[in-house]
Amino acid sequence: MSQHESNAHSSPGCGAHACNCAGESEAELLEVPLTDGPIDPEIEAATRREFLCIVAGCAAALTVGGCSEITHTNFFQKRFRELGPEERASVIAGLEKEYSERFGKAVTVSTQPAREDVQFGYALDISRCIGCRRCVYACVKENNQSRDPQVHWIRVLEMDKEAGIDFEHANAYYDAETVPRPGHFYLPTACQQCDNPSCVKSCPVGATWKEPDGIVVIDYDWCIGCRCCMSACPYGARHFNWTDPSLPSEEMNPETHYLGNRPRMKGVVEKCTFCVQRTRQGRYPACVEVCPVGARKFGNLSDPNSEIRYILEHKRVFVLKNELNTRPRFFYFYGL
Amino acid sequence: MRTLSALVLTLAGSLAAACGSHTQAPRWSSIDSGAAPASTQDIEVPPPPFSEGVFPCTDCHDPELPFNPKPRKLQMAHQDIVLQHDAEHRWCLDCHSATERDKLHLASGELVDFTESYKLCGQCHGDKYRDWRAGVHGRRSGMWDGHKSYLLCVNCHNAHSPAFKPLQPKPPPPRPHGGDQ
Ligand code: HEC
Ligand code: HEC
Ligand code: HEC
Ligand code: HEC
Repeated sequence: MSQHESNAHSSPGCGAHACNCAGESEAELLEVPLTDGPIDPEIEAATRREFLCIVAGCAAALTVGGCSEITHTNFFQKRFRELGPEERASVIAGLEKEYSERFGKAVTVSTQPAREDVQFGYALDISRCIGCRRCVYACVKENNQSRDPQVHWIRVLEMDKEAGIDFEHANAYYDAETVPRPGHFYLPTACQQCDNPSCVKSCPVGATWKEPDGIVVIDYDWCIGCRCCMSACPYGARHFNWTDPSLPSEEMNPETHYLGNRPRMKGVVEKCTFCVQRTRQGRYPACVEVCPVGARKFGNLSDPNSEIRYILEHKRVFVLKNELNTRPRFFYFYGL
Repeated sequence: MRTLSALVLTLAGSLAAACGSHTQAPRWSSIDSGAAPASTQDIEVPPPPFSEGVFPCTDCHDPELPFNPKPRKLQMAHQDIVLQHDAEHRWCLDCHSATERDKLHLASGELVDFTESYKLCGQCHGDKYRDWRAGVHGRRSGMWDGHKSYLLCVNCHNAHSPAFKPLQPKPPPPRPHGGDQ
């Protein structure tokens, strides 16, 4: 696994390297311009991020990831969850206008909330997955990930059949004429939408939380890019925008959700949201619909007739790193 | 929901490390799994994946081309078809109707349209058929809480040589800078 995502074995909590910069930040703290009058919104946004970064003790991220120009956020914007209906409407209208201009097409930003009777769950049949990575790229396309540098929310790990599930020796970079490669099996990973999410607990500013339907979301406008959540996540499921994401207009998916696939900016963390923009409308996630072997299953855990309940009741099911008590909503099963 | 997650937890319990171990059958089952799938009338499927020009079969299989029940190497047509599906025990007319070539037939003799070929497969692969109906084997698309369409078994398995064919993988992710993997 990659260097900055190899924290898969570190225990949850925010004591890991990325956030251990309190020592250096003291001096810088004094430099932060603390204004209280209205100034240019661009400067304000950057300032808020910078300020919070340092308060959170994560100056390292600042110097590398940095603070991008964010035109719509302003210093006084409350976090998304706290916005009243009118404020929310105006924030959304602003975003839609900005994105539509930037991408030259009508972009919508939904704020559709969770449905009361719905608890999302996901299950992946590892006896079927052949490691073809169709899901990886369907996800990139649907969710407007950066094309350059590439950001992938789904990572397919190739493992040895003999060795069984072993993250230490998993290979995400396999390539071959055809898959499956003999002697191997494949274990795709992405955000496990934990019911006991260490990422949420590690966020110093409350920019990431669990929605009532079980999806863990990020408010990109509130994220300060400290990457505490990334080191807290035992699944390597969170990804950081080290540079401005590049997203060609013609490839941009204009149907977006505020908490999901709307365009991100440099310096924020992102991850799978179970395709919140699709699934809250009742549709299947993009990866489910593209999988050529039909290994990916999704549905409402509260509905006894859903395929996801059928799997939990009839198949051998397991979760990754159960011992960490993260309580994933993402199950793996043997469909055989 | 609380009960559900508790149960899910129990179910998933201790499996993370030992993927080979068996779970006990959950006791909270509320679905009667044994129940045969409900009516199949409402199953929406794509058009059968015929090669171009081959359907309707009766374009050629008319009264002037009488059926031939003898297992043999075909010489005049369908040379591309290789039976690798329990081939020692099987011949074309176990599945294809001899007299109504545009249809398949079940063991009972009941005729089945190609749009319902899953009924034929289901006769010998009952477990897969049940899972397919439940949306667990194979693939559905559409709405998780509403209208869905199913892929036919033959969208993924060639009826004559049904082993799933290997695919070319999409490119791997770029390696991180400085990474040694
Ligand atoms: C296990 C049952 C089974 C057997 C045995 C079988 N078929 Fe088929 N065959 C099917 C099914 C099901 C389809 C429909 C596939 C589809 O929907 O495209 C099919 C499709 C075909 C087609 C159309 C193929 C195309 O290119 O679209 C031809 C021709 C055919 N069969 C001929 C034969 C011949 C000849 C044999 C014997 C050598 C044979 N079949 C044996 C089940 C069977
Ligand atoms: C282009 C003409 C043509 C078409 C279209 C065609 N067939 Fe045939 N088929 C033949 C001929 C000719 C034979 C005899 C081959 C031989 O004996 O060598 C044959 C033989 C068969 C046989 C072997 C058993 C028998 O009766 O001889 C099966 C089964 C069969 N066809 C199924 C189908 C099915 C199913 C379709 C439609 C999906 C189809 N065919 C479409 C020409 C055709
Ligand atoms: C008359 C019984 C019968 C029917 C009908 C039948 N099968 Fe099979 N099938 C078998 C048997 C027996 C085997 C195992 C022997 C083998 O693999 O050759 C098998 C094997 C398979 C396999 C595993 C192949 C492998 O090599 O891994 C698949 C997939 C399959 N069938 C799919 C289908 C589909 C799809 C249909 C419907 C078009 C179907 N079968 C119809 C009897 C049947
Ligand atoms: C979305 C694609 C897809 C559809 C649709 C599908 N299958 Fe499969 N099936 C697979 C894959 C992938 C495997 C694993 C294949 C392998 O290892 O060769 C498989 C395996 C099987 C096997 C072999 C036994 C096993 O468990 O590996 C049988 C039998 C089978 N399928 C029957 C069916 C039948 C019957 C249907 C329709 C009712 C069906 N399949 C629909 C993809 C599909």
